[in-house]
Amino acid sequence: MKAAVVVFPGSNCDRDLATALRVAGAEVAMVWHKDTALPAGTDLVGLPGGFSFGDYLRCGAIAARAPICAAVAEHAARGGYVLGICNGFQVLTETGLLPGALMRNRALKYICRTVPLTVATADSAFTAGYASGARIALPIAHHDGSYAADPDTLARLTGEGRVAFAYDDNPNGSVADIAGILSDNRRVLGMMPHPERAADPAHGNTDGARLFAGLVETLAAAPA
Amino acid sequence: MTEPEITPDLIEAHGLAPDEYQRILDLLDRTPTFTELGIFSAMWNEHCSYKSSKKWLRTLPTEGPQVICGPGENAGIVDVGDGLALVFKMESHNHPSYIEPYQGAATGVGGILRDVFTMGARPVAAMNALSFGRIDHPKTRSLVHGVVEGIGGYGNAFGVPCVGGEVRFHASYDGNCLVNAFAAGLAPADAIFYSAASGVGRPVVYLGAKTGRDGVGGATMASAEFDDTIEEKRPTVQVGDPFTEKRLMEACLELMATGAVVAIQDMGAAGLTCSAVEMGDKGDLGIRLDLDRVPCRETGMTAYEMMLSESQERMLMVLDPAHEDAARAVFDKWDLDFAVVGETIPEDRFVVVHGGEVKADLPLKALSGEAPEYDRPWEETPPPAPLPILPKIDPMEGLRALIGSPNHACKRWIYEQYDTQVMADTVRPPGGGSGLIRVHGTDRLVAFTADVTPRYVAADPETGGAQAVAEAFRNLVASGARPLAVTDNLNFGNPEKPRIMGQLVGAIRGIGAACRALDMPVVSGNVSLYNETDGRGILPTPTIGAVGLIDRAEDVIGAHPEAGDLAMVVGRSTGHLGQSAVLAELLGIAAGPPPPVDLEAERRNGAFVLEHRDWLRAATDLGDGGLALAAFEMAAAAGVGVRLDSGEAADLFGEDQGRYLLACPFDWAEELMVRAGRAGVPLDHVGRFGGDEVCLGRGRAPLADLTAIWRGAFAAALG
Repeated sequence: MKAAVVVFPGSNCDRDLATALRVAGAEVAMVWHKDTALPAGTDLVGLPGGFSFGDYLRCGAIAARAPICAAVAEHAARGGYVLGICNGFQVLTETGLLPGALMRNRALKYICRTVPLTVATADSAFTAGYASGARIALPIAHHDGSYAADPDTLARLTGEGRVAFAYDDNPNGSVADIAGILSDNRRVLGMMPHPERAADPAHGNTDGARLFAGLVETLAAAPA
Repeated sequence: MTEPEITPDLIEAHGLAPDEYQRILDLLDRTPTFTELGIFSAMWNEHCSYKSSKKWLRTLPTEGPQVICGPGENAGIVDVGDGLALVFKMESHNHPSYIEPYQGAATGVGGILRDVFTMGARPVAAMNALSFGRIDHPKTRSLVHGVVEGIGGYGNAFGVPCVGGEVRFHASYDGNCLVNAFAAGLAPADAIFYSAASGVGRPVVYLGAKTGRDGVGGATMASAEFDDTIEEKRPTVQVGDPFTEKRLMEACLELMATGAVVAIQDMGAAGLTCSAVEMGDKGDLGIRLDLDRVPCRETGMTAYEMMLSESQERMLMVLDPAHEDAARAVFDKWDLDFAVVGETIPEDRFVVVHGGEVKADLPLKALSGEAPEYDRPWEETPPPAPLPILPKIDPMEGLRALIGSPNHACKRWIYEQYDTQVMADTVRPPGGGSGLIRVHGTDRLVAFTADVTPRYVAADPETGGAQAVAEAFRNLVASGARPLAVTDNLNFGNPEKPRIMGQLVGAIRGIGAACRALDMPVVSGNVSLYNETDGRGILPTPTIGAVGLIDRAEDVIGAHPEAGDLAMVVGRSTGHLGQSAVLAELLGIAAGPPPPVDLEAERRNGAFVLEHRDWLRAATDLGDGGLALAAFEMAAAAGVGVRLDSGEAADLFGEDQGRYLLACPFDWAEELMVRAGRAGVPLDHVGRFGGDEVCLGRGRAPLADLTAIWRGAFAAALG
């Protein structure tokens, strides 16, 4: 499985995401934001956490207009897989690849802690490593993670089973406790929690490792 | 533009004493220009010249087989094996943080990160040690909110995990909060970059963000006491941009890999002035700067303003001209400024040209070498009065007073605002002794702690200085780490007062003795004096930042006891209540002598714990709050109750040094006692973990209730 991790100026979880993907067995290339094309044969694009362009203007807004994002959109349109974590999720909503927006946390403070989550659907390459309804714990670390969407969008997301992860104890004010959502073809996932920070026994928590393992296994078995 | 005339008022406004100005006249044999006066004031203020502390700092031990680079560079460096070096330093940003808490604290973090990556190291860990006034002082809450958000805002965006720190509240900090920021980075031991320029006629290159008027005169401001004109000093505080800093770091590390860098120095206090002089001085060269080529954010900036600007996220380097194109390409890639602004010259001159005019032409070496150095009069701190007869202390009341006070309550309100896991190598985040970071791609871990007990230092500076080092040593040992070295951040009041100077001298004596005895050389540091407002000084606060090494992941000593484990104390307990936390929090008094520090015992007890790490389920240092607080914190972290056999306040809250609380599986305890006896190390069985209560002698309370108090008290106090 070939993954491409995009590096924006200000990305700071790019290495962490690449490491987790490599450990799971993916072949990973780092792609600079000024590039206009993805490496040939890319199966999965990873949009990492961090503060792309300093989170100036709005989180993810400037990154969404970087040259590489046109290539990411084409990749998604062809049915390619995209995983956006934290700032990457914000970039995905800003590009329109996922609906809704990430707003400032309810308490107006940055929150870094490990939170309990429910895997709301196992029906995606990203969540295939979990059982539907599984209770897991993953770290969050964000200032703007409160998911917001209009009622119609929300009804569609829940009705189509596109909520991938839900908070058990909503830390940031996200509507419907949403921590991560899937695109309508279920091949684009945006999530605020950081599975790459719970992917190694040294992290004291390996609940995130199954996301990468399941993803690599599914994509290796059934190329796009 | 014509420069103002030099008048006595102007000289005084630059923080230069009459005799210091006379020294300038003698050196130049003429009246300095306005720009030159600014340059002297920047180089000769306390912050940059260490003129009051240098004499004493020289007495500190700085060498050891583990030391790659001691004090004098941007940061200290120790060897951590596998061809890697750990580069670290702690630095204060006290005055700016009091004036403008968010930006003051943020740029403190930015400055210390630059000190680390200037040397070629990628920052991997940060800590911060904060001291604020009384929690109910009208300014305190806004300072705490601002400082914590500033530290988080900068460090989180830059992408360095915060792994530890400390925070305290005391009336002496009402008018002067302390913000001490620590950073550590990893570099290949054979690819470290220094500030000494070499080679004549080489380009001096300006890197990073543009220069503005922010921070003009900041270092001079940081070397003065505060009074009621403090609000007027707000424009001297710099504004941070972590996004630029992150790009600057990535660009510098890429640049260093090209072979283009001859010497490099970050622009911190007194920006362009200090960095240029530093590189010339260390390399025995002169520097000529052409300010017309400096990238500016504002128009019409004068030479004076450019030389004293403390705009953030800037670097100065001496370039190997053969690599100029490659170097420029790196900065283009990261969209950062890259401008040749001068050159190295053979003469010992610091020449600054602007608009075709020479604005300064000074002997370069004299700017640092001839800086004043004082042997300020000092008084030995009088010995503290003996401890008065104390009222009876109820154990549970004592514990509740501690865990409900912002000084000893759980600090998650703070550290949950910091990214503690970015870089995905955090093994132990803040909240449980030393922070632990895995050396990326290896099985080794580095351990970090920051410690000082200002109450002790105030009562007895020498003992207090030694205690700060000893506590840092114990915190490292309790995590399983072999202590390596320290960085000291010495925060004191006005050194022109013999009483305050005596505190500084005493504390340095204690730090030196402890560092020697415990093989922890001082490899970097920072001095912050004049922490006074309207003549009232802070408690002497020499913060010790310390680092240690753990060779393999399995050598980490755990932090969580299990039900059935015995609670055992390593080290001798005498029930020393002088200057203890329980007196301060329950009775509101600071009385008696601080606990004595027996460095021989520290060493022996520490070695015993490290040798027996495989026998221990968990270990922690006994410090503030004594056995009762340590046992409670261990129990709360593990969610397992604890029973301590003694109900005596002295046993529970005494703060004797050289001690650790261990959680040891029952079956191993007897053999451990035998081994301790053989090693001459006191080891006492003091209780047992298990159940869902905290029992102190006959006193008892549900662990869950106490944990709720401990976890909630800080947020409640902050409102």
